[in-house]
Amino acid sequence: MAYWGTLNGMDALRREIDRAFEDFGLRTSPFRTAFLPGRTGRRYPLVNVYEDKDALYAEALTPGVNPESLNVSVVRNTLTVSGEKQATVNGVKAEAFHRNERGAGQFTRTVELPLEVDPSGVVANYNDGILRITLPKAEEAKPQQISVNVA
Amino acid sequence: MAEDMVATSNDVQVSKEGTRAHERYVVPPVDIYETEHGLAVLADLPGVAKQDLNIRVEDSVLTIQGKTTQEAPGTMRHREYELVNYFRQFELSEKVDQGRIGATLRHGVLTLDLPTAEEAKPRLIQVNVG
Repeated sequence: MAYWGTLNGMDALRREIDRAFEDFGLRTSPFRTAFLPGRTGRRYPLVNVYEDKDALYAEALTPGVNPESLNVSVVRNTLTVSGEKQATVNGVKAEAFHRNERGAGQFTRTVELPLEVDPSGVVANYNDGILRITLPKAEEAKPQQISVNVA
Repeated sequence: MAEDMVATSNDVQVSKEGTRAHERYVVPPVDIYETEHGLAVLADLPGVAKQDLNIRVEDSVLTIQGKTTQEAPGTMRHREYELVNYFRQFELSEKVDQGRIGATLRHGVLTLDLPTAEEAKPRLIQVNVG
């Protein structure tokens, strides 16, 4: 469980930094996680977000997760990923371990996206331990090209 | 340290320069435990495909090396991790039967089965009482 511990420490540091920026009157990251107690407080899995003209792409680092336990949901501009990382092998005696660094357990992560997405068009793929989610932008969130009339 | 340094005519020490750009590596978290017939190693290697994985046992040193390729589907908006290559080595205390090493890669987790070589296994010796 050292893995969670490290992440908790990093999360605490991140909150400190966020608070420091807030004190300066700067806006914090639009991706900050919603405040919810318990499991959701952890920053796992780590998520990268990309954007192109039509869609947002979220990639989560989730090795060793049973694909059936993965749950992706989208409400307006909030993406939630949950699942369970399986523990090594059950029935291994504690004294048989030389190293035990890989964390395990259930996780939930909520990410606020910078704009609204169309929940009906969301596609999620799990490959090589990375969860890749394609989130098409909602029609009203896409930039509108406005032609300039010359009189 | 001394090996990394090259003396120049000006007697100024400069460090060696590689012709290749440095590749970046991260250390993957692992679980290692003993089984009845040897060692089992599990390593988290997200983003590594089967063909980009290199596992060797040489002189009782186990090397796990995995290459990743980061393909950005668009412009980066928010980054929490960077996919870089994985590298980790372990010195094994027991002789491993190289011919029977089993490796599987599933959902970004590498599972290695390292059976102990027959000659290294403890043998039960009968004591004759005469």
